Amino acid sequence: MSFIPHSEADRREMLDRIGVSDVRDLYDDVPEELILEGDLGIPEALSEWEAVRELNRLAGENRSLVCFAGAGQYDHHVPAAVDHLIRRSEFYTAYTPYQPEVSQGTLQVIYEFQTMVCELTGMDVANASMYDGPSAAAEAAVMSRAVTRRGRVLAARTVHPHYRKVTDTYLRGLGGKLELVPAGPDGLVDPEALSAALDGDTACFLVQYPNFFGCIEELEPIAEVVHEAGALLVVAADPVALVLLRSPGELGADIVVAEGQPFGNAPSFGGPVVGLFAARQKLVRKMPGRIVGATVDTEDRRGYVLTLQTREQQIRRAKATSNICTNQGLNALAATIHLSLLGREGLREVAESSVQNAHYAWRRLQDVDGVTPLFPDTPFAREFAIATRENSRSILERGFEAGILAGVSLSRFASLEAPDGLLLAFTEKRSREEIDRLVDVLAG
Amino acid sequence: MSGIPEGFQYTEEHEYVREAGAEGEFLIGITDYAQGELGDVVFVELPSPGDAFEKMEVFGTIEAVKAVSDLYSPISGEIVAVNETLDEDPALVNSDPYGEGWMIRIRLTDPSELDDLLTAEAYASLIDES
Amino acid sequence: MAGFPLKGETTPTIFEKSEPGRRGTQMTRSDVDTRPLDELVPARHLRAEPPRLPEVPESEVVRHYTELSLKNHHVDRALYPLGSCTMKYNPKVNEDTCRLEGFAGLHPFTPQASAQGALQLMYELAEMLKEIAGMDEVTLQPAAGAQGEMTGVLLMRAYHIANGEGDKRRRILFPDSAHGTNPATAAMAGFDAEEIPSNASGCVDLEALRDNLDDTVAGLMLTNPNTLGVFESDILEISRLVHEAGGLMYMDGANLNALMGVTRPGDMGYDIVHFNLHKTFSTPHGGGGPGSGPVGVKEHLAPYLPVPKVVRREDGSYGLDWDRPESFGKLHGFYGNFGVMVRAYTYMRMLGRRGIRETAEASVLNNAYLTALLKDDFDLPYGRGMHESVFSGTSLKKRTDIKTMDVAKRLLDYGFHAPTVYFPLNVPEALMTEPTETETKQELERYAAAMQSIVREAETDPELVATAPHTTPVSRLDEGRAARQLDLKWSFPEDTDA
Ligand SMILES: Cc1ncc(COP(=O)(O)O)c(C=O)c1O
Repeated sequence: MSFIPHSEADRREMLDRIGVSDVRDLYDDVPEELILEGDLGIPEALSEWEAVRELNRLAGENRSLVCFAGAGQYDHHVPAAVDHLIRRSEFYTAYTPYQPEVSQGTLQVIYEFQTMVCELTGMDVANASMYDGPSAAAEAAVMSRAVTRRGRVLAARTVHPHYRKVTDTYLRGLGGKLELVPAGPDGLVDPEALSAALDGDTACFLVQYPNFFGCIEELEPIAEVVHEAGALLVVAADPVALVLLRSPGELGADIVVAEGQPFGNAPSFGGPVVGLFAARQKLVRKMPGRIVGATVDTEDRRGYVLTLQTREQQIRRAKATSNICTNQGLNALAATIHLSLLGREGLREVAESSVQNAHYAWRRLQDVDGVTPLFPDTPFAREFAIATRENSRSILERGFEAGILAGVSLSRFASLEAPDGLLLAFTEKRSREEIDRLVDVLAG
Repeated sequence: MSGIPEGFQYTEEHEYVREAGAEGEFLIGITDYAQGELGDVVFVELPSPGDAFEKMEVFGTIEAVKAVSDLYSPISGEIVAVNETLDEDPALVNSDPYGEGWMIRIRLTDPSELDDLLTAEAYASLIDES
Repeated sequence: MAGFPLKGETTPTIFEKSEPGRRGTQMTRSDVDTRPLDELVPARHLRAEPPRLPEVPESEVVRHYTELSLKNHHVDRALYPLGSCTMKYNPKVNEDTCRLEGFAGLHPFTPQASAQGALQLMYELAEMLKEIAGMDEVTLQPAAGAQGEMTGVLLMRAYHIANGEGDKRRRILFPDSAHGTNPATAAMAGFDAEEIPSNASGCVDLEALRDNLDDTVAGLMLTNPNTLGVFESDILEISRLVHEAGGLMYMDGANLNALMGVTRPGDMGYDIVHFNLHKTFSTPHGGGGPGSGPVGVKEHLAPYLPVPKVVRREDGSYGLDWDRPESFGKLHGFYGNFGVMVRAYTYMRMLGRRGIRETAEASVLNNAYLTALLKDDFDLPYGRGMHESVFSGTSLKKRTDIKTMDVAKRLLDYGFHAPTVYFPLNVPEALMTEPTETETKQELERYAAAMQSIVREAETDPELVATAPHTTPVSRLDEGRAARQLDLKWSFPEDTDA
C-alpha cells in the first residue's frame, strides 16, 4: 500500500494543468542513461495487516529478559501518560520550531526541559538536546577546544568506552585524539596522575559520575587541578544518580552531559534516546544545538523562540559551534513529561529504590563464591562491577536460559583494562525476588 | 545622501573611522546603512585593549538575530579601548551608530593608510549603487 | 480561515503549577530490606535538596501538555510545506510497530541471541537502502542527516589517509546553495570548507568546479536534486571531474524523495550518500527529532564504516561485528536510532518496490502542480524544481514593501505552516516550498488560494500582512530581546527574591 492520495481523475487534471502528458516528463533533467530500468530489487508491497504481521514476527524473535544491564541505558518504568502524550500528533508530526507563533507548544516544552536539566546538573544553561550521551560528550570536547583555544582532550580511563570511542572519533577529524588518564586502585581518578597529565595545551578533562564501574568520583579535587591548569571540567553523569548526589555544578563542572534515556524513554535497542547538555552561563555562546529563550510578543505576552541562532549551522555555516540540526526533540519531550509526573519526591524515590536494590544485591553477593566486587571499598550508587572467576560470557548464557540479563560483560571492552567480570545495574523495577534469582545465576 | 557624517572616513565593508580627539587615535564603528541591513544587533564581540591588528584583519564579530558579520579593522594599530557599554546594550549600534555605538578606539601605526579610505561622498555613492 | 485555538492565551510553566506535597504517578518502592541512605552512600556525596521538579498530579500534567500541544502546527492539521524537510504524512501504523515490546523493550547490551528480530530488521533495512541508492554497503548508525554527513567526511578522511594523502587533501567543496550542515560538518571534521558559486541555472558551475579542483581536494558535497529542487544534469561530468582530481563524491540525500526508484546516486558517480529516514521514509519529525541518517557507500569505502556492523552469518543468524580494524570509529553510543528504523522499515515494506517509485513520482507531480498554480504570483528565479520549488518574493517586495517574512507569517493565519524562508542563500526573499506526495490536489489548491489571497492583501491592505499573524496563540515575538536579555530557564521565586 502507498500513501498517494490522488484519484485517477485528479491526476489527469493535474497533469493537464502542468502541461505534460506523463509524470515521467517531469524527469527531463535526468540524463537518459541514469534512468533505472525495471523495478528495484526489494520486496513487493504489503497491506497494513501484512506489515503488522511481519513486524510482529520480527519483534517476536527478540526475547525480553529481566534486566540487570545498565552501562548507559536503564530499565526504569515509564508512566503510561508519557507515551499517551508523546503520541499526540500535535507534538510528533511537527518539526523544529522555525515559526514560533505556531510552535509555542514545542518551544515551551523545551524551555521547561532546559530548566529541569539545569536543576539536575546544577548548571546555568542547557540546550534542547543532543543525539545521545556519547555524542554530547564529543560535542563538549569540541566545544572545550574552541573555548580554550587549546588542543588536548583528556579522559579518565573509567569513562564508558563508548563515550570515549565517540569522543575520540570526533577529535580525530580535528587532528587530535582522546588521551587517557589511568585510575587508582580504588577505581577513582587519581588527582596526582591527572595533574601530571594536564598541561598548558589541555582543553578539558572528561570524567564520568558515577564512573563506568559505578564508583562515585570525588569531583571537587578533580575540578581544582583541572581549573588550575586552565582547562575545563566536563562531567558525563548518570542523571538518576544526580537526583541523590551533589550536583556536578556544585562541585565545579564547566560542562555536564548525560544520557537522558532513563527519563521517559524505552531502551529501544539503544535509540532513539536523548543527550543532555548543560554548561556555565559564560559558555552559552559556544554551546552546540538549539536553545530556547523566553521573550514577549507585540502585545507584551510571554512567548518562546529559538535564540542565539547565530551559533548554529543555518547561519554561521563553517564557523558554527556544531553541525547538529535535527536533534532528539520527542525524546526530550518524553523526559520532560516523565520528570513532571514523577516530581520532586517521585524521582527521589526512584533513585533511592534503585540504590537500595543495588546495595541489597551487593550484600547478598558477599557470600557468593567466585564473585568479588572489583572495588570493594569505593562508594557506589545503583551500579557496580564484580570480577568473576567463571567466564562472564558463560554466566550471561546461564542467565539467558533463566530469562535474566545478568549485567554487561567487562571483557567486551579491552580498553577498560579490567579483569573479566560483570557490570550490574539496578532500577526501581527489580524486585527482591528477581535480585535473588540474579544471585542464583551468579552463584552458578 | 543624508545621515553620512562629513569628516569621517569609510570602508567598502561599511565601517567608519573618525578622529578620537587624541593625536593618532581613531574610533571605529559600523555605518548607519550597515546597522540597518543587519537589523536588531544582539551581541558585539570585541578584542581587548593592547591587542594589535593589521589593516583589514578581523577584530571582532557583530551579531543580529539571524545574521552575523565579521568586523574588519580599516587601519593597522593597537587597541587603546573598546566600548564596554555595548556588552550591556548592543542596541546602541542601531540607535546611534556614529556616536554611542562606536566599537574600538585604535592607535594608528601607519597614517598613510588613511589615504585609502573613502570620503563621505564616495561612500554615499557606494551604497546608492547597492 | 483556520485560526488556532488558544489565541492570546499564555500557559504558565509546569513549575508554576507545582504545589508542595503533590505527585503524579506512584512509582514502585523497593521491597528489599532497606538501610538509611547515608549508610549506603557517604553523606559527603549526597545533595542536601532534591532537584526542584514540579509537584503536579497526573491529571494536571496531562492537561498541561495537552494544552501546549494545541499550540503547535503539525502535519496532521494541514499542509506543512517546509522545503528541504519533506513533511509528508506519517503513517499511524509505524507508531504501533516501533512500540512492540520486542523492539522497544530491548536493552542494547542484550545477547545477540535475544535480539535476532531486531538485527534482521536492521540488516534488511540496510539491504533495501543499498538497492535504492545503488550502493554497496550501508551503515544505520548516524542519528540524523548531519551525523550522516559527519560519517561521510570522516570516511573521506580515512580513505585519503589510507592512500597516503591524508595531510594533503584538506579541502571539501560545496556549492553556495548548500545546506548549512555541509560546511559546518566539513569544518567540524577539520577540513577547510570552501564554497563554489552556482551558475545561472542554479547548478554547479563546471568552470568554477574545474578551477577549484586539484590534489588538495578531499571531496565535493552535493545535494541532488540540489536545494533549489533542480536536478544537477551535469552530474556525470561533475563526478568524472572530481574523481579525476582524486576526490570523492558525497551526496546529501535530503532530497531523495524525488528520485527513489527512478534513478540512483550510485549510478551518478557518488561514492557516499546519506539518507534521511525522517524525510524520505515517513518517520515523524518529533518537534525537532529524532531522525535517522544512514549512510551508503561504494565498495572502496566500506572498510572504514563505523563499528559495529550488522551482519548475516553463514548459519543464517544475525550479529554485530565489532572487529573491523580499518573502521574510522563510532559516532553513536549504540547502533543508531533503532526505533526510527522500525518505522521506516514498516513504511518501506508497505510501499514495496513499485510504491517507492510511485511515491517519488507523486512528490514531483504535486510540486509541479503547485508550482503551476503559483508561478504567476511569485518569482521563480530558477524555474520549477522537482519535488520542491524555490519561489522568491522579490517583485512583491518591490511592489508592496511586503517581505517574504510577512508572507510567511500571514500564511499562519490561513492555517498553514510557512515554507522554508530565506534559504537557500542564493535566492533573495526565498520561499522554498515542498508539498510532498501525501497532499491531495484539493489541499494544494487551498494553499495556492491562500498565497494568492495574501498577494492581494499585500496590495490592498499591506498593514494586515506586515503585522501578521493575528490568529495564533501569540503574535510576532521579539527575537532581539530574547537574544539580548537571555531567559533560558524558569526562575524559581526563591532564587529571584534573594
Ligand atoms: C539539504 C539538507 N541537508 C542536510 C540536512 C540536515 O539533516 P538533519 O537535520 O537530519 O541533521 C537538512 C535538513 O535539515 C537538509 O535539508
